[in-house]
Amino acid sequence: MERGEVAMTHIDKTKPEIPSTEEEGFMQYFEDHKKVYPKTVYGKVRTLKWLVLGLCLSVYYALPWVRWDRGPGQPNQALLLDIYDRRFYIFNLEFWPQDIYYLTGLLIMAALGLFLVTSLFGRIWCGFACPQTVWTDLFMLVERLIEGDRNERMRRDQQKTTLDTVWRKGLKHIIWIGIAFWTGGAWIMYYLDAPTIVGRFWHGQAGSAVYGFTFLFTATTYLLAGWAREQVCTYMCPWPRFQSAMLDEQSFIVTYRSWRGETRGHLKAQKNNTSGIQYGDCIDCGGCITACPTGVDIREGPQLPCIGCGLCIDACDMAMKKVGRPTGLIAWDTLERQAAKANGLHLPTHFFRARTIIYFAAMSVAMTIMVIALTNRPLVNLSVLQDRAPLFVRIADGSIRNGYTIKITNKTHEEAVFHLGLAGLDDATMALSDRHDDRLRDLHLSVGPDQVGSFRILLMAPDHGSSTTFDFALRNETTNEHTSYHAVFLGPGSAASERHNASEGVH
Amino acid sequence: MASNIERDHVTGTETTGHEWDGLKELNTPLPKWWLYTWIACTIWALVMFVLYPAIPYGKSYFHGLIGFSTRDEVAADVKAVQAQRNVMMSKVGSASFDDIRKNPELLAAAQTAGRLTFANNCQPCHGAGGSGQVGYPALAAGAWIWGGKLEDIQQTLTYGIRSGLDQARDSQMPKFGADGLLKPAEIQQVADYVETAYFGLKDKDATPASIKAGEALYATNCAACHGDKGEGNREVGAPRLASKVHLNGGTRESIVKQVITPHLGVMPNWNTRLDAATIKSVAIYVHDLGGGE
Repeated sequence: MERGEVAMTHIDKTKPEIPSTEEEGFMQYFEDHKKVYPKTVYGKVRTLKWLVLGLCLSVYYALPWVRWDRGPGQPNQALLLDIYDRRFYIFNLEFWPQDIYYLTGLLIMAALGLFLVTSLFGRIWCGFACPQTVWTDLFMLVERLIEGDRNERMRRDQQKTTLDTVWRKGLKHIIWIGIAFWTGGAWIMYYLDAPTIVGRFWHGQAGSAVYGFTFLFTATTYLLAGWAREQVCTYMCPWPRFQSAMLDEQSFIVTYRSWRGETRGHLKAQKNNTSGIQYGDCIDCGGCITACPTGVDIREGPQLPCIGCGLCIDACDMAMKKVGRPTGLIAWDTLERQAAKANGLHLPTHFFRARTIIYFAAMSVAMTIMVIALTNRPLVNLSVLQDRAPLFVRIADGSIRNGYTIKITNKTHEEAVFHLGLAGLDDATMALSDRHDDRLRDLHLSVGPDQVGSFRILLMAPDHGSSTTFDFALRNETTNEHTSYHAVFLGPGSAASERHNASEGVH
Repeated sequence: MASNIERDHVTGTETTGHEWDGLKELNTPLPKWWLYTWIACTIWALVMFVLYPAIPYGKSYFHGLIGFSTRDEVAADVKAVQAQRNVMMSKVGSASFDDIRKNPELLAAAQTAGRLTFANNCQPCHGAGGSGQVGYPALAAGAWIWGGKLEDIQQTLTYGIRSGLDQARDSQMPKFGADGLLKPAEIQQVADYVETAYFGLKDKDATPASIKAGEALYATNCAACHGDKGEGNREVGAPRLASKVHLNGGTRESIVKQVITPHLGVMPNWNTRLDAATIKSVAIYVHDLGGGE
């Protein structure tokens, strides 16, 4: 079929017939899969979709190969989610397991961002950036290049199987599996060093998990983008259900301007209008339906299977140009403006509404907190766990001893010596439990690169009767980065230790 | 059942024909692949049901065709860990204390074994973390009766105290009161001296004359073992009296009681219950509680 030609065939305008007469019993609750044969369209939306697709796929396939120098002994992959060593490397950021709440922040930002975009422009995530849409679009492109456009594909499926059909379909599936394999393989590269794992993969040296996950993601890509397609959006994905709650009358969604299009009628009928019907601009060519990747009729209004991709806009514009009528019969517009237009009114757009302002504010707050938290992220961390049994020990010379287990996190890439001092508790001395004769005011503790050092510390002080608070002060002797931990030195006078005395019967 | 199918005028969808108290259900059919997936999952579940243990009957259960058992897996895991542990513990057993100290891996293994063994065997008497109780020494306090070096602790652990073994730590304190070696008034004088001179107690009833008499009695009866200045003697296991921490409690009553009929504690020999490497590990743990020498 020639480019731009308006399809007039294969359009079922009527509602589906009641199937109950033919399918009795249980099977009436299930329907056959109706295969969708989307037709090629050309236009602004299609061009934008290609650009987004190209960008998303380039980022996905290329990102694991981007290198980033972190110094000797450190991975040089820009984005590496190292599950085995429990480190996430994202350019110059490095995350430890205890930083996982940044992921929460990121997810909150992403969720709010999605809410904001959806309440402003409808399901543009679904229609443009969702991986299901992007890969389905890519797979459809392959299908179209090999099997031809909509009508040719439909004809092939209805005809007897010929050699031509067999090799075309075979080639299509081979290419699909190839793309799926590349996709599944690229997924693995985010978790392991890309050049290394590719080498090991082809030499059969990668672990079973690598082959297993590559197979899994190859299979899901092939099945979801090649076979399931719009079924994923309509029946599997929860997002369309959420979005019903996020859209309102002021959201810009893909809409058919019925006030302009109705009453619809074929061009021939409109020209030979003898019955006095007030025809609108819609020539009922069905271009919007044939272009739709999920097989819906946008003229019926907003509906669940519509992913908001806007390809029907291009299809309709093509038809309108062909018959010399103004474009934009299907366009991104709001339901509120549509209703007003039907009454001859023109309403301004409402981008700033309570809903969008709240989403934007919440997203900004989340983003600000994230940025502040990230920029102030310490490279040294001190945690202190005080002995609970016994709370304190009276030692032979009459003074009191408390025990603490301290953990020092060294997030730098060099071995570091940390200076541990005491702020407060001026008459106390400190010792490592396995060298407890060396009683000092401060300790020098060495922690390896990228490691957590654990030390048991004993603190001795004369018996002052009650408990005293003080601070452990920790400083990296190379970088001078410091932190402190507010702690308690328990003595026999505190309530807790009185219980201790009573139960233990000491002294 | 499907006789009352009608078309809902709002949605244009037909109903299933079912009705519950006036509520009707719209028939929005699922695709057939959904049904087939469900059937496939059901078959999968049935296969799993047969292959894996799933059906309980009374006290037993159907074991499944492939003989899978999480208990067997745990037993195998425990065995593997035990084997791994045995390697480390045999190294601990053959290494000297100094070598264990120098090897962080061995030290960690010994500390862990020591901590767990202490909690299971020693804690009931010596308290959590070696905090001690009346009659049972506070191991963390550093008030050692038989010595606080690693080798001393190892020796005490291995053979025990008054356990009946030849190598055991053993000592006796005469029953000064019960056997009539000291008269009751003399016992009070000794107590007056010991509580003021060594225990740091302030007693209004202890007169200077009584304390002086007690000092003389102490010199002739007690100093041979407990030392001229109450410093104790580890050779014979005589506790240090000049201390802030006392085996039998730091009260005057405890002094009097101990002079009349001494409490002589018994610690079992652990060489019949624990292997040498474990005893070594416990010695390291006890030493590192903070009192070790």
